Amino acid sequence: MSNWIEVCAADAIDEEDVIRFDHGGRTFAVYRSPEDDYFATDGLCTHEKIHLADGLVMDNIIECPKHNGRFDYRTGEAKGAPVCVNLQTYPVKVENGTVFIGL
Amino acid sequence: MTTTIKRDYDLLGASGRLAVETGLAAAEWYHTDITRKDMKALMQRSDAPAIRDTIIWLGSMVVFAALGIYFWGSWICIPFFLVYGVLYGSASDSRWHECGHGTAFKTRWMNDAVYQIACFMIMRNPVTWRWSHARHHTDTIIVGRDPEIAVMRPPDLARVVLNFFGILDSWFAMSDMVRNAFGHISAAEKSFIPEMEQPKMVRIARIWLAIYVATVAACLWMGSILPLMLVGLPRLYGAWHHVMVGLLQHGGLAEDVVDHRLNTRTVYMNPVFRFLYLNMNYHVEHHMFPMVPYHALPKLHAMIKHDLPAPNPSMWSGYREMIPAFLRQLRNEDYFLKRELPPTARPYREEFHGELPAAAAQ
Repeated sequence: MSNWIEVCAADAIDEEDVIRFDHGGRTFAVYRSPEDDYFATDGLCTHEKIHLADGLVMDNIIECPKHNGRFDYRTGEAKGAPVCVNLQTYPVKVENGTVFIGL
Repeated sequence: MTTTIKRDYDLLGASGRLAVETGLAAAEWYHTDITRKDMKALMQRSDAPAIRDTIIWLGSMVVFAALGIYFWGSWICIPFFLVYGVLYGSASDSRWHECGHGTAFKTRWMNDAVYQIACFMIMRNPVTWRWSHARHHTDTIIVGRDPEIAVMRPPDLARVVLNFFGILDSWFAMSDMVRNAFGHISAAEKSFIPEMEQPKMVRIARIWLAIYVATVAACLWMGSILPLMLVGLPRLYGAWHHVMVGLLQHGGLAEDVVDHRLNTRTVYMNPVFRFLYLNMNYHVEHHMFPMVPYHALPKLHAMIKHDLPAPNPSMWSGYREMIPAFLRQLRNEDYFLKRELPPTARPYREEFHGELPAAAAQ
């Protein structure tokens, strides 16, 4: 069962963008898709531990800012070299204009 | 008295192991502060500039190759082949690089297609070099970690000169291609290419080998070197431009630092060279923010230049400082060109940089 943690106001994340969220000594990336849905993954690229929140969101892809590794942030799927290991994803909900991540 | 520690550029050697132990490898590098809004705008992808530049690039190659073939057998063909050679053996260097980053085009398949074509021309296996270049960005000019250090210390100047004609690079590329085609993967390659990617490297090597065998067979069948003038040899007679501009990227600057302002050079160049080089003359900017497409680098440069060392105003200026540095490194391999940050710029991780000033040029 998820423990819901408050992240930020829903409008604090631009459409087709990502923010960094640190909690409990861990770092996460929380996304807002072009369709206005919210998603969350581990915050560091599985290739070289770079913060994905500094990367570029294009449609449903997050691209790592260092080596351009690409993931589908909805599923965590690694989309090809130089990333080979999928990202861990987490449930997200929006209630009363606030984004929560389920940990 | 300063003590010289022998550098070991071998990816499996002592310097690389030391870099891992000290935290120099895979470190967090300096970035100039830039707002998320501005960075998002700079990172935006677009197909239009790269489609335009690719049409000019490949279209020019077709025209100059056709003129070279038409005048084949006469001295008149030489200038056409010289231009074709630079487009093939030099412009391909910046194309494989930009498409390898995935930043040239917005559309993925376009990046991948130009990446494969350019890799073939520059004789760099697209799998090997994707991974080696990832390491180059992780550990830029970290001794024993970076597989793409063009001029190691002490400099092998004969090698540098030969590579203006692609001689050693092509020899090693061909050797690697044949070795990979027969399924042999070196220990160094295994150190930075994941096992699941290695079969792709072998498959590409086999396809390329087949193309070169077919080209040589065409030469024998025609009784002419013309097919090799179009495929393969331009990597030799057209290499000079990419070596000339590429040496300036890091040549003579610091090793083993985690601040691209200290080990990378930005040089102002003319528009023709910037077209051939896809704006990689803004090299500090590229290393600091590799997600920014080539067409946005001049804008990025304008935004962050206040925090960077003064760029070299010309290639002449770059060579005028780099060649004496290379010559001096022949006698003292600890010598390097120390970049001065602007008075308002913030130094970074000086614990890595502070040991070096005794050998540095002020």
